Amino acid sequence: MAQVDEKKPRRWHIAVFLAPAVLVYTAIMILPLFGTLQLSLFKEIDNNQVFVGLQNFRTLFGDERWAASFWNALQNNTVFFIIHMLVQNPIGILLAALLSSPKLRLRSFYRTAIFIPTILSFVIVGFAWKLILSPIWGIAPDLLQMVGLKSLFAPWLGKEQYALVTLSLISVWQFVGIPMMLIYAALLSIPDEVIEAAECDGITGFSQFWKIQLPLILPSIGIISVLTFVGNFNAFDLIYTAQGALAGPNYSTDVLGTLLYRTFFGFQLQLGDPNMGSAIATAMFLVILIGVCIYLFGIQTRLRRYQF
Amino acid sequence: MNHSSASFGRSVAAHSILLLYTVIALFPVFVIVINSFKSRKAIFRSPLSLPDEQTFSLIGYQTVLKQGDFFLYFQNSLTVTVMSLFLVLLFGAMAAFALSEYRFKGNSLMGLYLALGIMIPIRLGTVAILKLMVASGLVNTLTALILVYTAQGLPLAVFILSEFMRNVSDDLKNAGRIDGLSEYRIFFRLVLPLVRPAMATVAVFTMIPIWNDLWFPLILAPAEETKTVTLGAQVFIGQFVTNWNAVLAALSLAIVPVLVLYLIFSRQLIRGITAGAVK
Repeated sequence: MAQVDEKKPRRWHIAVFLAPAVLVYTAIMILPLFGTLQLSLFKEIDNNQVFVGLQNFRTLFGDERWAASFWNALQNNTVFFIIHMLVQNPIGILLAALLSSPKLRLRSFYRTAIFIPTILSFVIVGFAWKLILSPIWGIAPDLLQMVGLKSLFAPWLGKEQYALVTLSLISVWQFVGIPMMLIYAALLSIPDEVIEAAECDGITGFSQFWKIQLPLILPSIGIISVLTFVGNFNAFDLIYTAQGALAGPNYSTDVLGTLLYRTFFGFQLQLGDPNMGSAIATAMFLVILIGVCIYLFGIQTRLRRYQF
Repeated sequence: MNHSSASFGRSVAAHSILLLYTVIALFPVFVIVINSFKSRKAIFRSPLSLPDEQTFSLIGYQTVLKQGDFFLYFQNSLTVTVMSLFLVLLFGAMAAFALSEYRFKGNSLMGLYLALGIMIPIRLGTVAILKLMVASGLVNTLTALILVYTAQGLPLAVFILSEFMRNVSDDLKNAGRIDGLSEYRIFFRLVLPLVRPAMATVAVFTMIPIWNDLWFPLILAPAEETKTVTLGAQVFIGQFVTNWNAVLAALSLAIVPVLVLYLIFSRQLIRGITAGAVK
């Protein structure tokens, strides 16, 4: 290293600049992550941590009750993710496309207003929707009555078959601003010449969006998909505030995050178990890692050629 | 003529869709806030009307301020958010400067290492983080939260800031070097002021998840004296489920600070996103 720069034989300042960030990041993020992976290979026997290899995972996947809760949570998580992909991202793209149309008035008003739910905490969002959908208060049935659909009302959050979809849609409502903003930014960065060329060829309006702009923003859609994936498989707060740690009714809204919380801290009569909790965290880690790898190696490399 | 009426129709359609979605986005917030100023009877009798002379009531806010120590929670949230933000920006900018300015062995490897945290959520390490905090006696202190949020915010901060610092002109820095400024002075005096807009973007991105987080306050600092607003509202609402006035008032109190911050910084946030911070 000394030969790289003659004037400063030892460039201590590089280390000084890097040290605080690397230390905090390593100590609070990376080491605990590996610590958690490691803990999942141990078990507490007579107050001692004993190495048990993959036994916790054998319990998690082999024991009937553990396996049932794990697969239930994973399945719910997948449904949660699919609803986001099918509802949140298309709505986000639609709104962004409308916002980026030239000569639109009130643009910044719409942009600011539609992004507001995204900045609210899950606690606010969870409780606000719980109140609005509550049959006691009656805002939701009243509104449905206005459009003559009162018969459709049901206590959605309290019914097993609707609760998960309802929560997913609440989460969609909250986060639609993120795909909207990112796609909006991507649409703005398309060079004007491309659009002008399309207009010269008579491609305007919807077909212009479909044939010219959409292919060009595919990389951003890829990034949004992976962000949605990581966020969804990490979800906890909304379900915890709206349905409690038990993710009721009857675990129909249980996701990996709430399962991890219950396992780690215990609930009702079951004692908390850090080791099984770590095993679940490790499983979540693997799920997220696989998802990110699919994106990085399967999708992103193919999308590269579209970027400017 | 034909063309202009088609574009008029299109713009009406665009406005009606955007307006419809704006209503959907704001309606729940609106309902919560107006009802928090009404008496209990009026909340149930006409939930969608604005409070008037007869139905106006501050009973919910009185209950909240009497029962929950919201000023303390607010102070805790503010301390945690501001301190974490300061550390994220300072440490993040220093690391970003090192990565973008100097060529050294392992530079890109270090960049990759620091970027890992963008994709992998810090929550997965919770079990071990709690152990670490218990071992170092930091449970139920704001320090624990500040450390965790600093670690959580650093990856994105380093990533965005190093992109921006690559664009700072080399001539300027070299002129500083010829004038005998040390590397530290070049960083603090020349580079930092130039990347201020990027710092503001990072600040907004970092601030919102910290202020809104429920998971770490719940696990690392659930004690009464270290509760944040988000956790305080959660616990308070859990206890007062049937007192609708109090619940609505607590929700409104939790909404207002973020809303004000957002409206102040929204231009910055939008500029940051559209400037390609997240390309």
